[in-house]
Amino acid sequence: MSKKEHEKSSVRYGMVIDLDKCTGCMACAVACQEENNISFLKDDSIKTRSINWMRIYKLENGKKYPEHRHVILPRPCMHCDSPHHSPCTFVCPVNATQRDEETGIVNQVYPRCIGCRYCMAACPYYARNFNWWDPTWPKDMVEMLNPDVSTRMRGVVEKCTFCSHRLLKAKDKARVNGENPKGIEYTPACVEACPTGAIVFGNLHDPESEVAKLSKDKRAFRLLEKLKTEPKVYYLSSHEWVRKQGDNDLK
Amino acid sequence: MEKKSSTKGQSAGSGFLFFIAGFVIASVFGWVIFPKILYSVNQQPIKFSHALEDHAELECENCHFFRDDGTYSGIPKLETCTECHEEVQGENPEEKKFVEQYVQKNKEVPWLRYQWQPDNVYFSHAAHLKVEKPLPCTTCHRDVKKEKIPPPVRINRLTGYHYSTMKMYVCEDCHAHKGANNACNVCHK
Repeated sequence: MSKKEHEKSSVRYGMVIDLDKCTGCMACAVACQEENNISFLKDDSIKTRSINWMRIYKLENGKKYPEHRHVILPRPCMHCDSPHHSPCTFVCPVNATQRDEETGIVNQVYPRCIGCRYCMAACPYYARNFNWWDPTWPKDMVEMLNPDVSTRMRGVVEKCTFCSHRLLKAKDKARVNGENPKGIEYTPACVEACPTGAIVFGNLHDPESEVAKLSKDKRAFRLLEKLKTEPKVYYLSSHEWVRKQGDNDLK
Repeated sequence: MEKKSSTKGQSAGSGFLFFIAGFVIASVFGWVIFPKILYSVNQQPIKFSHALEDHAELECENCHFFRDDGTYSGIPKLETCTECHEEVQGENPEEKKFVEQYVQKNKEVPWLRYQWQPDNVYFSHAAHLKVEKPLPCTTCHRDVKKEKIPPPVRINRLTGYHYSTMKMYVCEDCHAHKGANNACNVCHK
């Protein structure tokens, strides 16, 4: 992957999450689990073992009662746009995870993954999850699985795909109706589920799109920007303490 | 001395013969017998022929059509067949069987698929047909218009893969040569 190739595409799917609008209802996380056939454990409180593509964090300003504030921060995969490679794709020894240079989506092929978990170590956002067990669902739920997303097996890593299966479907619809499938608009499950419209999704390289405008907003920040991973997920917050925590140091 | 050298030559000759015999047996087993054991042979429920005059006159998309949402219908449902075959049209015994066993009972025909793909594959017919230079169907499929009887569907007993399922290297190869996107999420879901 040369740098030239990386800069060529006019499509870069990205997301803007407005933390001022987010109420922490977690509808996005639930929709994600449902859409992507994510199985659950008997005890999902074990956070080192549970699988969540959209994880919800709580940020606190660390002050006592009258000044105490907290903000809920939903965190999908950042689909890092750093030149040449994302941190995870750089370390994968078997090419099971790559960045699609046409759309900027970092993808994962489960049957190819050997479960070495290098990518999990490389990811600064903990966006990747490992299948410690084969997925199981109650009998009735097996019938309700989404046929557009393949289920994963024990021993592989999985992560948010920006609902790339929805992109595939949107592209096909455009082709059949004689439209141009490149840079087609589509809606991931989390965006669809958000009741306050806090999550906006679209093409960051299209100057007319809402995401592109919002990503240049004064309130915009990204997580751990100093690592130069160039995340394609932007956050908006009017509070300075929130923006600061997006790039804070380990204590 | 003479005797000794002759026995040596004999043992070398018979050793060579044994090698050849072993090689032939192993090859026949590996190339002919084992594949026969490995793949189960399944016949289609109805011996449908694309080569029949009335079928051959149709375009592929008359029965294998695209839906408005971009999905591909694939193997036609009973509904499509009954557009013509609500009643027996000709003398063909297979047609009679089809009408009596499926149309009159309003039961879908359990057609077998030749190129079944596992659930992590997303193949888009639209991406190959609804483009500037559509590929002819025969690039990937058999030329069914020449087939009087559908061939048996051969399924690998161990893996469940079908004999004629397209392998990933074929897709990748064509994508690379034609400059199409070869990223994972173009074909995998």
